[in-house]
Amino acid sequence: MTSLKLLGVALAVVLGAAPALAGPTLDKIKAAGVVTCGVSTGLAGFSMSDQQGNYTGLDVEICRSFAAAILGDAKKAKFVPLSAQQRFTALQSGEVDVLTRNTTETLAREADLGFNFAPVTFYDGQGFMVAKKLNVKSAKELNGATVCVQPGTTTELNLADYFRTNKMQMKPLVIEKLDEVENAFFAGRCDAYTTDRSGLAATRISKAPAPDDYVVLPEVISKEPLAPAVRTGDDEWLHIVKWVVYALIDAEEKGVTSKNVDQMLTSDDPEVKRMLGATPGMGKSLHLDEKWAYNAVKQVGNYGEIFERNVGKDSPLKLDRGVNALWSNEGLMYAMPIR
Amino acid sequence: MAVDVRGSLRGAALGGTWWRDPRVRSLGYQIGSVAIVTALVAYFAHNASVNMARQGIASGFGFLDREAGFEISTALIPYSPADTYGRALLVGLLNTLVVAAVGCVLTTIFGVLLGIARLSSNWLLRQVTLWYVEIFRNTPLLLQLVVWWDLLRISAPGPRDAWQILPNIFVSNRGLAYPVPVWHEAHIWMLVAMLIGICLTILVARWARQRQERTGEQFHTILAGIGLVVLPPLAVFLAAGAPLDLDKPALAGFNFQGGVIISPEFAALLFGLVANTSAFVAEIVRSGIQAVSWGQTEAAGALGLRQGQVLRLVVLPQAIRVIIPPMTSEYLSLTKNSSLAVGIGFADFVSVANTEMNQTGQAIEVITILMAVYLTISLAISAAMNVYNKYMALVER
Repeated sequence: MTSLKLLGVALAVVLGAAPALAGPTLDKIKAAGVVTCGVSTGLAGFSMSDQQGNYTGLDVEICRSFAAAILGDAKKAKFVPLSAQQRFTALQSGEVDVLTRNTTETLAREADLGFNFAPVTFYDGQGFMVAKKLNVKSAKELNGATVCVQPGTTTELNLADYFRTNKMQMKPLVIEKLDEVENAFFAGRCDAYTTDRSGLAATRISKAPAPDDYVVLPEVISKEPLAPAVRTGDDEWLHIVKWVVYALIDAEEKGVTSKNVDQMLTSDDPEVKRMLGATPGMGKSLHLDEKWAYNAVKQVGNYGEIFERNVGKDSPLKLDRGVNALWSNEGLMYAMPIR
Repeated sequence: MAVDVRGSLRGAALGGTWWRDPRVRSLGYQIGSVAIVTALVAYFAHNASVNMARQGIASGFGFLDREAGFEISTALIPYSPADTYGRALLVGLLNTLVVAAVGCVLTTIFGVLLGIARLSSNWLLRQVTLWYVEIFRNTPLLLQLVVWWDLLRISAPGPRDAWQILPNIFVSNRGLAYPVPVWHEAHIWMLVAMLIGICLTILVARWARQRQERTGEQFHTILAGIGLVVLPPLAVFLAAGAPLDLDKPALAGFNFQGGVIISPEFAALLFGLVANTSAFVAEIVRSGIQAVSWGQTEAAGALGLRQGQVLRLVVLPQAIRVIIPPMTSEYLSLTKNSSLAVGIGFADFVSVANTEMNQTGQAIEVITILMAVYLTISLAISAAMNVYNKYMALVER
């Protein structure tokens, strides 16, 4: 199925039959009336679909904010669940307009795969989860362990690097489907499960038979800046994705929320007025409606609201803001000036 | 030259022109087809390279020399993440070849037994094999693989509570761990002794057959053969002072270390492929046996041959000519089906190639390699089976 899909996508590249490549992405989205986002196949807090097919999660809401900014309606977002292996070919071939799929920004992915990354929407790091009964307190004690991991991820490479650096041995169990990897781990086929720490927290809460039987080890073995990605060669589209993310962060910094955004239209702060379109100009520069940021914040919320609702204190995951706090709160979230 | 002249003369004689000559026409059609196919391939290749260049996607096979950076759990040759993508592919290819080779041998043995059992005069045996064949032929292979895998994974305990089924042989959800002898130079002399025993057995068998043809007296070739193959190595072994150190598996940390460990993924893949393919082989063998007319069996019985001898000396040698061609397809499908390993986490060729495709983003190159390799393996199997088929075919005079 996966290989078939990959083959299909490769064929599309060969035959030049990917229509999305023909014109700028924005025109295609306006014509179709929908923004198509590649999301994960099911990761609590980032993208999960319920029984009615409604998606929730941080990645999902970032995508909805694009739909709100471009089409004026957050509901005009379509989600394509993609496995770790499918995601890049799906973006290359134009099957999706943008990847909002907990994807780590790396040099090779920008330079070799032909992508551009928008600003980071979640700063993550790779960790390990083990069963409590193993009595392992540190990742340094994992010598000889079997580790469950998904193929084709930076996780898989970091894992090999970490064990190499620490002169330890390990056996990977590599399975593409997230559900299968998690099942294998909880069935005891692997001693440890490794992925981004947010993912570990999500898996522990939502998939473990008894979450308290499992612990996430303290080591963070890599930097995993998760960011939306677009194809190279369409700067207009890159600018939109980039500045919508900045607007969400900037809105939090300026105290603009989904609840007070209407009052904020009459704010005295010139940057808020520029952002929300009370002072026109910014929307035109992006080839969007002047209400682009207003719609995104009004219909989805600012970055802080999105974070807390999906992965933060209002969610089952209960992650701290940590490095994902605003720069003014000693975090890394820093939006470039909207002017 | 002379042929050309005659050909055109004939064309002229028939009142036609050169394009009516069937040889010229057939040559023309062939050149035309090749030209069209070549043009299509060239068009697609050009299209792909232009598209990829425009999107800034890397291309070419240079990535094979770059460091792979990922670990592979099952490797027959030394491999570390510091090795190249090319070597990682080789590791995956060897894993695939091992599964395919072991799978084909086991499938042949199991399938032939099943096929014979399908025709047994024993009602129970016949029914059991009938149900076996119908169940395994009529459910998807991937489903069967996942079931085998889950069975092995869930029913077995963790490594710390592993079952010791025999001394030093452990079963856990990490696989089957068993000891292997540590290499000693006496072992090579044991091998030599065994080879000599095998040669002697062949000579004895030839002598016994000639004597039987001459006098009608039979000789216990099998017993003599077992004695000749087993006893000399045993004598060498004892003479050398029984040097047998075992590399025993022992729980060290998380997993078993030492000995040989067969992973549940490999076992599930092998069981699944063998169980599934032998159901098809059983039907091929059954049809092959039934293609030999019943009169042959009756005639052999009338000559006083026992049931086993009838099968071995009369029926199977004739049936095998019917069996070989469809068996080739079964070997081919077993080999290709081994790529379903991806679904259960065994590091076969496709699994490694998929990982590389994603780490490098070079889908077209990797898929080209995949197709070329499977094509080569399949053609090699086909060629070998064709040679065997020719060897076994009825020599008509």
